[in-house]
Amino acid sequence: MTPVVELDGVRRTYRGPPPVEAVRDATLRVDEGDYVAVVGPSGSGKSTLLSVIGCLDRPTSGRYRLTGIDVGDLSDGELAALRGRRVGFVFQAFHLLQHRSALENVEVGLLYNRTPRKRRRWMAREALERVGLGHRLEFPPRHLSGGEQQRVAIARAIAPRPSLLLCDEPTGNLDSKTSEAILGLFDELQADGLTLMVVTHDPQVSRHAHRVVEIVDGIVSEAS
Amino acid sequence: MRSRRRDGSVGRSRLWLRDLVSEATAGLLARPSRTALTVLGTVLGISALVATLGLARTAGSQIVGQFDALQATSVTVENRTEGFFGSGPQISRIPWDAEARLVRLNGVVAAGTITRVDTGGELVRSVPINDPLGQSEFAVDVYAASPGLFDAIGATLTTGRFFDDGHDTRRDPVAVLGPGAARRLNITRVDQQPAIFVGDTTLVVVGIIDDVRREPVLLDAVVIPEGTARRLFGLTAPAKVAIRTELGAARLIGGQAAVALAPNEPAELRVVVPPEPRAVQEAVESDVNTLFLVLGAVALLVGAIGIANVTLVSVLERVGEIGLRRAVGAARRHIAAQFLAESAAMGLIGGIVGASLGVLVVVAVSATQQWTPVLDLRVPLAAPLVGAVIGLVAGLYPSWRAASLEPVDALRGGA
Ligand SMILES: Nc1ncnc2c1ncn2[C@@H]1O[C@H](COP(=O)(O)OP(=O)(O)OP(=O)(O)O)[C@@H](O)[C@H]1O
Ligand SMILES: [Mg+2]
Repeated sequence: MTPVVELDGVRRTYRGPPPVEAVRDATLRVDEGDYVAVVGPSGSGKSTLLSVIGCLDRPTSGRYRLTGIDVGDLSDGELAALRGRRVGFVFQAFHLLQHRSALENVEVGLLYNRTPRKRRRWMAREALERVGLGHRLEFPPRHLSGGEQQRVAIARAIAPRPSLLLCDEPTGNLDSKTSEAILGLFDELQADGLTLMVVTHDPQVSRHAHRVVEIVDGIVSEAS
Repeated sequence: MRSRRRDGSVGRSRLWLRDLVSEATAGLLARPSRTALTVLGTVLGISALVATLGLARTAGSQIVGQFDALQATSVTVENRTEGFFGSGPQISRIPWDAEARLVRLNGVVAAGTITRVDTGGELVRSVPINDPLGQSEFAVDVYAASPGLFDAIGATLTTGRFFDDGHDTRRDPVAVLGPGAARRLNITRVDQQPAIFVGDTTLVVVGIIDDVRREPVLLDAVVIPEGTARRLFGLTAPAKVAIRTELGAARLIGGQAAVALAPNEPAELRVVVPPEPRAVQEAVESDVNTLFLVLGAVALLVGAIGIANVTLVSVLERVGEIGLRRAVGAARRHIAAQFLAESAAMGLIGGIVGASLGVLVVVAVSATQQWTPVLDLRVPLAAPLVGAVIGLVAGLYPSWRAASLEPVDALRGGA
């Protein structure tokens, strides 16, 4: 089976000055259905690694294949299309559009990947129901709690049915009870077959994961 | 793995026009008061331009309206020296056959001479002097005319007929009365061939004038053929020629008339032609236009800068949104398109509102001036387009900035 993520000697160096080697020679394989926690001290390169894996950024060198597609071969536009279809993102700052309803926010996740308008509405509603917000479709983000806002963001990420869900500190802005609910949702999504990678400082989060990958000073290693 | 691109598993992102429009609309409606204030500059500029063009056109056509067709086709020729020599005898340069000479010119519709006749102070009456019915003598002017004059001055009849070439050459003692003179002489019908008397001279009335478009002195006068005036009152020369030309030929005929009448000394004749209507209109339009067009253009420029500025601010505020859209699959061109659509929409709204305001101004000013509003329809129709183009141009730089953001930086930058 083709791995979802296949990093082979990947480096990401920020040009500086001074140049920063945020990810050094990373080799990593994530298979379908894996649930991976990425841990490490602040500034160690976790977000950088996740950006490369999510095709928001390109490796400076080395080879990266997402679901078998070598991103080195792709143009900027193709890379955008690839992440639009294959990758869902959940950020610490939810990145919701404040003036749009929950439903419209989730629809934005489907806006650019050739999903017809009617189907977008339908898929967005389904995703919101999946995260337990079927009763909050028309609410603007400011009328939702932090946990609910993060659920909207998760719905937006899973609505296009991506191969991979990438979460950067998804519970960083939430209290532990709300965090636990979000982590429970991740468990369910993983049980449905979704592949997850979650960057976190929080041991509570890494306990839910099946694998833990650690980065120190840009060097990636699998913890056992 | 290049083959994967061709089998369509990667493909390209896309944003349908309808979705672009609704995203841009939502973007503008998210900050309604800011959008309204931004649009204001374009509204002012466009409405100033539309109002200026409309008012110039309206005022111009008002002035043109004062030149009715008859006025615009009227040419008169007089002796240049007339008046300087008082009432004493003078040499007239206008020949007896003036009418015939002028009618030969291409562009002349009708021509005729008109000369005041010196009757030696004789009064005019309609019945013999010793009629018992009493008072019936009046000081009425007598004018000599060539037969073509009636047509040249646009005279119409109440009853009877004008005298013709036959009367003129035979020097018949006939007369046509102006309506005022007819009333005073108490003559209302001509079928009984009523007679009037100028001193001892008897004239038969053949027609009564209803109205004239030029030479209003005839309304209160007795008009007799020129030949008759020469025989009975010793008329020495015609004093004035009235010409009616075809529309647009007045200037041309004005230039030829003097030579046709007095080939040896054309400068002795004074030719009066109407001013060119087009010249008047253009003069007015260009005067009014220049100032206000400049003001309108300045307002538009300010409006465009306003749109550019606000769009740029909006890009900076929405860095996080840009990053998010890039993360969910938007290509650079989709980001650029969205901000361009927003700025163009602001320009379009400014154009529509501005055009409506401008038209209102034209109508309101016309109403207070009692003018007929005249507006080239293309102006208000083109205004929204002009506004949209201005908005588009104003959005170029901000949307380029938005599109060139790297997705990672954008996501890091905005909450
Ligand atoms: N655009 C950039 N230019 C230069 N250096 C950068 C840039 N982005 C990140 N870095 C550096 O790269 C290193 C890794 O950054 P990254 O954001 O990946 O860390 P992180 O592990 O996610 O940290 P945190 O846990 O605090 O979020 C840091 O030292 C950071 O300063
Ligand atoms: Mg980070």
